[in-house]
Amino acid sequence: MMDHETLGERLAQQGVSRRAFLKFCTAMASLMALPPGTATAIAEALIKARRPSVIWLSFQECTGCTESLTRSYSPTLESLIFDMISLDYHHTLQAASGTAAEAARETAMKENYGKYLVVVDGSIPIGNPGYGAHGGVSFVDHLQQTVKGAAAIIAVGTCAAFGGIPNAKPNPTGAVSVSDLIKDKPIINISGCPPIPAVITGVLAHYLTFGELPELDELGRPKSFYGQTIHDRCYRRPFYDQGKFAKSFDDEGARNGWCMFELGCKGPTTHNACATTKWNGGTSFPIESGHGCLGCSEPHFWDAGSFYTPLSAPTVNIATIAAGAAVAGAGIAVALGVADRAKKRRAQQAHEKMTVKDL
Amino acid sequence: MDTQQLMDFVRGPGLQFAAAVFVLGMVYRMLHLILLGRKKNLAEPRGGEWGPGLRTIWHRSIQSVGLTPRGHFIIIVGYVFHFGFLITLLFLSQHIDLLRTLLRFGWPALPPGLITIAAILTIGAMIALLVHRFTDPVKRLISDYQDYLTWTLTFLPLLTGIMLKQGIGLGYQQMLIVHITTVELLLIAIPFTKLAHMLTTFSARWYNGAIAGYKGVKV
Amino acid sequence: MSTSLNRGIQAMIEQIDAPMATFFSSCVHCGLCADACLFYTETQDPKYTPIHKLAPMRRVWQQEFTFWGKLLSKLGLSKPVTDAELAEWEPLVYDSCTLCGRCSMVCPVGNDIAYMVRKMREGMVASGHAPDGLKEATRRSIELGSPMGVTINTLKAHIKHAEQETGLVVPLDQEGADYLLVLSSAEIANFSEIIPAVTRIFHQARVSWTMASDGFEATNSGIQIGSSDLAAELVNRIVKAAERLKVKYVISPECGHAYTALRWEGPNLIGRRYPFEVVHIIELLDQLRSAGRLRTEGMDDTRMTFHDPCQMVRRGGVIDQPRNLLNMVAPNFVEMPDAGIQNWCCGGGGGVSANPRADELRLKVFSRKKSQLDAIKVSTVVTSCSNCRSMLEEGLEHNHMDLNVIGLTELIAEHLAPAEK
Repeated sequence: MMDHETLGERLAQQGVSRRAFLKFCTAMASLMALPPGTATAIAEALIKARRPSVIWLSFQECTGCTESLTRSYSPTLESLIFDMISLDYHHTLQAASGTAAEAARETAMKENYGKYLVVVDGSIPIGNPGYGAHGGVSFVDHLQQTVKGAAAIIAVGTCAAFGGIPNAKPNPTGAVSVSDLIKDKPIINISGCPPIPAVITGVLAHYLTFGELPELDELGRPKSFYGQTIHDRCYRRPFYDQGKFAKSFDDEGARNGWCMFELGCKGPTTHNACATTKWNGGTSFPIESGHGCLGCSEPHFWDAGSFYTPLSAPTVNIATIAAGAAVAGAGIAVALGVADRAKKRRAQQAHEKMTVKDL
Repeated sequence: MDTQQLMDFVRGPGLQFAAAVFVLGMVYRMLHLILLGRKKNLAEPRGGEWGPGLRTIWHRSIQSVGLTPRGHFIIIVGYVFHFGFLITLLFLSQHIDLLRTLLRFGWPALPPGLITIAAILTIGAMIALLVHRFTDPVKRLISDYQDYLTWTLTFLPLLTGIMLKQGIGLGYQQMLIVHITTVELLLIAIPFTKLAHMLTTFSARWYNGAIAGYKGVKV
Repeated sequence: MSTSLNRGIQAMIEQIDAPMATFFSSCVHCGLCADACLFYTETQDPKYTPIHKLAPMRRVWQQEFTFWGKLLSKLGLSKPVTDAELAEWEPLVYDSCTLCGRCSMVCPVGNDIAYMVRKMREGMVASGHAPDGLKEATRRSIELGSPMGVTINTLKAHIKHAEQETGLVVPLDQEGADYLLVLSSAEIANFSEIIPAVTRIFHQARVSWTMASDGFEATNSGIQIGSSDLAAELVNRIVKAAERLKVKYVISPECGHAYTALRWEGPNLIGRRYPFEVVHIIELLDQLRSAGRLRTEGMDDTRMTFHDPCQMVRRGGVIDQPRNLLNMVAPNFVEMPDAGIQNWCCGGGGGVSANPRADELRLKVFSRKKSQLDAIKVSTVVTSCSNCRSMLEEGLEHNHMDLNVIGLTELIAEHLAPAEK
């Protein structure tokens, strides 16, 4: 049976203190760069909110996105989101399986038609349906059926947002993103491999508070989290500006915490909140741990050349092409040189000696 | 094509194409010019050709035969441009990263602040030279559309480079795409315009020195 | 075959070699060549910019020898060079260029622009576009043996006069002599004192020499008008005379373009090496000086300077020798600014003084030489080219400057020590 009491009633049941709840709302407001008074607005809205039905569809995914959201070694604010929504379908977290799970999904869809949220992680193969199916229903059909009555779709992770790893060359399964298939529903892309858990939480909180998706960039990502690049907020930025670069892993520069541009860091072209929000409850992020950013929240980040090639360097072999071009250039020069010398010779042979009569 | 794909293109096939055109074009140009050949000189030489030719290659860079203020202006500002351009191209860390992948060796970079100064001086020199080209009667007579086209193609990488470096204009990713694109356009144009002088100057100066050296004159 | 646009274009095609193509490729339109050319500096008229003189030939190069040029030409998208353009360029190529080569020294990318103008003249003359004065001079050279109409009889008269004056013999048609001396018409006509001068010098230095009645004219109008065929015919007369008399050396006299024609272009014009060596008269005098065979006495302490003839010094390579000789007799010798290979042209060489249409221009641009002379306040200018000498005299008079002009050989001869008995 679906449990749709208000969030306030639910929190009271769970024994979550008002203090903890307000702390959560303040954190969310701050994360989304909303004005200070909004925390109260969020609190008042959430208390009264009916917990919306959320159907989580998993396709070609590694479950990393779910792990990011749920894995914690101590209770985190992120997990509170599960108190705010009614998660009616989730392969990893649900108790039911098989036809019982599908029945739960269909019931949630029917009872909340037009109002439920669909969360998707994993890419969808449009090649042979054999690549992915739930109970005989292909992923494509599954997605298209489920989103029919959705209010909005949240594509969690780079796979759902942009195609991700399965989409990398040569894309044997024909993997595509949610927005490649669904054109008639509002979609928000929360990219990242995996995304920062607080981002997922923040988007849901925003939706619950304001009833609509936050402002999105041209790739459908919430601007409040993806509006700046890692480079913009990286703590190693002063070293970049001073020209202090690590030349190899664990060299002196690396140990001094210098910029890793030369080791292939994609920070400058990657939009995400890693440099400020960080991971594991604000513990660290890849650069802080000594490895350059992979650019995992950007489309096609797997096909953007080596992770260790600096952004200013080419991603393909130039030397061979150049060598071939040199040979070709020499060949053309010889061919045309022969022709031009022949032209000169013809002019010389046709030369009529000049005499005074010509003057 | 999204921004990421555009970036992959300019860092990938786009650069391959530009490099191929540049290398093919320059090799063709240099070799084709030399292959036209010279008539054998039957006069008794007073001096050699190779030594004097090589001498003129470097000496022409430092001599200034009785220059007027106008001449001094052209040469000094011209040097600011050339040196500034080379310093910006060869001693910015990110450029050395690029060149290292092509040449398999690198060299120490100069502090980024110095490069910014060099780039700004280069841009200033280019603007001064453009104004001169518009206002000086000699240059107005002998200039053609190619002079203005090559100026623009040389100016754009400098301008977009400074914008990229200082965070002016578009975001980093878009500015990087624009900057690399302007470089690729420049590479493609070089062999087919007066910019080929970056290589042909050496052979032209050699011929000049050789012709004079044959007669025993050091120029 | 008469001259025509096509003949001119074909001549240009013949002339385009690796240096020409490289020079055209390298020009960056910097305009520095203008500042080296006295025709620009003294008029400030941009049309006299040296590389601008090459514009029509540049188009020929582009359309005939470059990839894109040939393509656009085939597609009918390029502007071919017209007869009217060559007519328009004629005064630029002939009136405002003496082939002095100063531009060639200044071009930062290394273009030898004087080399280029010389080659362009081949196309100009083949298309019929050359100054009338120069055409007349060339016609007279070919048909009469001298651009000024000087004949062997004129020469013989001067020789007789010289023999009387010096009491020495002036050898003519002496087979087996070491040196054959040739002269320019300008010397024979205007500065005939050269003949007794060399007679006395060669007597003292015991030089075995002769002149030739069938090959005495050194001036080469063919070079000036830019016709290799005609230039070759003129050079061949000297070569044949030298071969007939079996000399070891031919002395190129005090005439700038004669030296260029005989020493540097000659073998290439006639298509074979000479069986003799060519030496400039000043080169020879310096050789005699350093061998101790040329002895002077007394000094001329007038404040004097040396005007470097472009074809002898910058384009010829005879640079230090005049200084060595002047140091023998002129304690108050001073160099003018830009002396040596950087010196400024007198404005009369390369056929310009044979072209009446260019008179006004060449006198106007003499202001450059005037300013050089004004800077050092000398009373005498020494030079080693009869054309420069005439131009200097004319220019000085035009500017009301009271300076003497004297030839170097003459100056040395005036201070010759008595010959040893």
